[in-house]
Amino acid sequence: MSFIELIIIIPIVVAVAIGCGGPARVLSLLAAWANLIFGVVVFAVILFKGGDGMHFQSARVLLDNPELTLGFAVDGMSGVLVLLTVIVTFCAVSMSPENPGKGSGKLYYISLMLIAAGALGAFCATDLFFLYAFHEVALIPTFLMIGIYGHGREKVATAWKITIYLGVGSLILLGGFIALYVNLSPSGGLTFDISKLATAQGQDPLSAEVQKWIFLPLLVGFGILVSLFPFHSWAAPAYASAPAPVAMLHAGVLKKFGLYGILRVAIPLLPEGFEAWKGLLLVLLLGNILYVGFVTISQRYLDRMLGNSSVMHMGYIFLGIACCNSIGWGGAVLMMFAHGISIALLFALCGSLRERLDTLEFSRLGGLAGSMPFLAVAFGFAAFASIGLPGFANFASEITIFFAAFSGERGFGHLQIATILALWGVVISAVYMLRAYRKIFQGECIEQSQASDLVQAHRLPVVLMIVILLLTGFFPNIILNIIPNLFGAL
Amino acid sequence: MFPYYLEICVVVLGVLMLCMELFSGRRSRGKIAMSGVVGLGVILALMIFSVCPPGDDLQYWGIYYYDKWAAFYKGLALLATLLVLVMAREFAPVFKHYTSQDEEESGLGEFYCLPVFVCAGLMWMASAKDLVTIFVSLELVTMGFYVLVAFLRRNVGSLEAGVKYLVLGALSTGFLVYGIAWTYGVSGTFSLEQLGDVLASGDISVGVVMFAFALLLVGIGFKIAVVPFQIWVPDVYQGAAMPVTAYLSVASKAAGFIVLLRVIDPFLAVPSLRDPVVYLIVFVTCATLIYGNLAAISQKNIKRLLAYSSIAHAGFLLMALPALRGTGTIHGPGAESAIAFYLAGYLLMTMLCFLVLTLVRVATDGEDLAALEGLGRRAPLLAFAMLVGVASLAGIPLTVGFFGKFFLFNIAIQNAMQSGLWVVVFVAVLGAATGFYYYFKIIRAMYWEVGVNEGGVSEIRVGRVAMLCIWVLMVAVLFFGIFPASLLGLTF
Repeated sequence: MSFIELIIIIPIVVAVAIGCGGPARVLSLLAAWANLIFGVVVFAVILFKGGDGMHFQSARVLLDNPELTLGFAVDGMSGVLVLLTVIVTFCAVSMSPENPGKGSGKLYYISLMLIAAGALGAFCATDLFFLYAFHEVALIPTFLMIGIYGHGREKVATAWKITIYLGVGSLILLGGFIALYVNLSPSGGLTFDISKLATAQGQDPLSAEVQKWIFLPLLVGFGILVSLFPFHSWAAPAYASAPAPVAMLHAGVLKKFGLYGILRVAIPLLPEGFEAWKGLLLVLLLGNILYVGFVTISQRYLDRMLGNSSVMHMGYIFLGIACCNSIGWGGAVLMMFAHGISIALLFALCGSLRERLDTLEFSRLGGLAGSMPFLAVAFGFAAFASIGLPGFANFASEITIFFAAFSGERGFGHLQIATILALWGVVISAVYMLRAYRKIFQGECIEQSQASDLVQAHRLPVVLMIVILLLTGFFPNIILNIIPNLFGAL
Repeated sequence: MFPYYLEICVVVLGVLMLCMELFSGRRSRGKIAMSGVVGLGVILALMIFSVCPPGDDLQYWGIYYYDKWAAFYKGLALLATLLVLVMAREFAPVFKHYTSQDEEESGLGEFYCLPVFVCAGLMWMASAKDLVTIFVSLELVTMGFYVLVAFLRRNVGSLEAGVKYLVLGALSTGFLVYGIAWTYGVSGTFSLEQLGDVLASGDISVGVVMFAFALLLVGIGFKIAVVPFQIWVPDVYQGAAMPVTAYLSVASKAAGFIVLLRVIDPFLAVPSLRDPVVYLIVFVTCATLIYGNLAAISQKNIKRLLAYSSIAHAGFLLMALPALRGTGTIHGPGAESAIAFYLAGYLLMTMLCFLVLTLVRVATDGEDLAALEGLGRRAPLLAFAMLVGVASLAGIPLTVGFFGKFFLFNIAIQNAMQSGLWVVVFVAVLGAATGFYYYFKIIRAMYWEVGVNEGGVSEIRVGRVAMLCIWVLMVAVLFFGIFPASLLGLTF
């Protein structure tokens, strides 16, 4: 059993153990600690050996025709996302309540573990099929978590919404995958192995027309999973209704699956298909940045605002992808990491605020910095990171993406115009984040000002996330250096 | 050993069970069911170890064929019947309530025997490649089901279901006989192999053959419950006892599909007939997928919900038919393999769901979704088993249901790329997406809802054999969802 298989199987084993009657919180924390350590080790090994090759490979053939392999491996890009997953999982489990209410907490922790396992499996799978399957596994736990432990009057509706949206998205994706592997497989036999498909693409590429029509379902399917405009309407309400750990895991980690899929599968295997739809993608990502940006400004509740802001920031990552050069894609991966940590931090703090206050409506909050200084400072860091202030990883990634659009001899075209428009998104983020901070923590105390500050146990994960954001902000090369030269591979 | 001894063994087992009833007390007939379970298990083992796999395809008297398909579907029939008997044993308290006075089980003996006779019919049907044999075995099965459906004789719903099934079943039989008569009239043979040769000679006008085919399709369509011959399904499923519903939905469908595969084969092989047959199938497929999935959405009764879902599953299975005997190559498992795999997976997951539902029904006396409320806390293991079954029905990855759907889609998409029949794929994707909603409704009932009647509900008691079956089915659904090769290997 390889190291990566171990990381994926730990949460699954723990979920089973909890189901059989083990202590839920203790086991989950143990698993989260173990995975955090193993994840850092994996990352360190990649750092040491370089991110271009595949490390920790393992493969078990399950089916000969079509060739189906339960195989895992990590390169630089997967390594970054594995690190993101273990960090966010650790923080989400640490921030989870001792007793989530409504019966025993078993189901709660089982669901968290399964979501984490699904994300890890999807990021490490070397097989198209399991890349898809592991992501889909997270669907039922998410549904149950929002439905049972969620809050707000709309939780039932939003649980359905996210399930149906993501279900439809993944089915469209599956259709695209089948069309892709059937068309692209080498003549010897069908295979799901991504590297073999990539080799086939290098030797005997599909015609531009075929690529174009297979890319479309992939773009739509992945787009729904990433909440690409106009398929984004599930995200904000779902994150607002979900319990904080689920929002952290879903917005921080699972949503990155769609972006990872585009970088790992869609573009390398269908480069010309991507070229054909790039114009459309530019328009849609501006919809994310500008339209959803304005929607975010008009939100009246903190949780909804954070949900919308996470949708909005997906636009930048798409912009980095649309740049089509290694700088842009490096920036995109860095931004996946940075955004994952910062949005998880924001949802964690938002969850803590919700526990302490009756409402998250801006107009009924104010002056909380006095009674909860630690929370206020942490929220400040998170908000600054989210806006993209220098010193945080978000800044490094955004600046990389913006530079990427203007790098090389590319003249002034659609991409550059889109980038200039997208720059205004930074202003939009600043408006809503700073306003939210001012309304919640500064100004007059309206009520609830006696609420207590963050408990000690919850401070560790919060500090950890802030430190990571600062660390990768000051030394973005830790991550940028190991991101494989995806563009060169084309 | 001759393979047709298997059917003889099953019939003898049924007769022995009937005789046992004479000598067993009025209070308990459970031994009869258990001896049936053991007997069927022995016959299954006999088939696996002594008859199957055959060296080459065997045939006897020109009417009985024993090939890999026959063996596979015989195995399915035996397994399904075995599980139904386990279920029927658990269901005994409800039977007693509706069939006899007091605490006697005197009316139950036949109930344990009938599925065994039906099983013999199902197994014979798997070996039939001849229209008369097909008709006779189909009728043996249907006759058994007429009685089984109406068995709860003091329950109005069951009687209504029985009457509906009888009338519509007789009607469909009429169509089938008429179709067989036409086929015989135009070709002069009952044998499907010879029919293929006659059709290929091209002497017969397409219109006449298509008329005969359409009549056959009506008769078989009734058995596999495809639109527009699905009218009976929701009412009969709802009215019949839980084990009978499970039996109908699994065994009747599997048997119908092997007949359909055998009957449609000679028609699809003839180029001039291929297009009209394919278009007819495509129309039926789309209608079935749309109707089954959409009608399931609003159901509150769990058996009705599963009834519509079983219609939808028939639609998914039909999706692979246009690829049969096609000119282009299909990579991966072929249509017959994919259908067999799906049916095997369908057996596992449906039986798992119905086993849990049977236990819940006995304890709570309710068949609405509300009866499942709070199951996640009342009986965590049963709820989890149901979750696995439902997830598999919905086609969530890492369950056998996902691979089943995947293989079918694999065929449909490849076929669409060759022939342009994208409409089927499109409708099927929509149907599968709709499925998420109504299957998740069951999950929601088990885990979200607090359960209004909690506390007042008697504890769910699970017999040892039933518990074993639940574990085995649950593990099988998950195992084949990760390692499909072993199951797929049986279907090649």
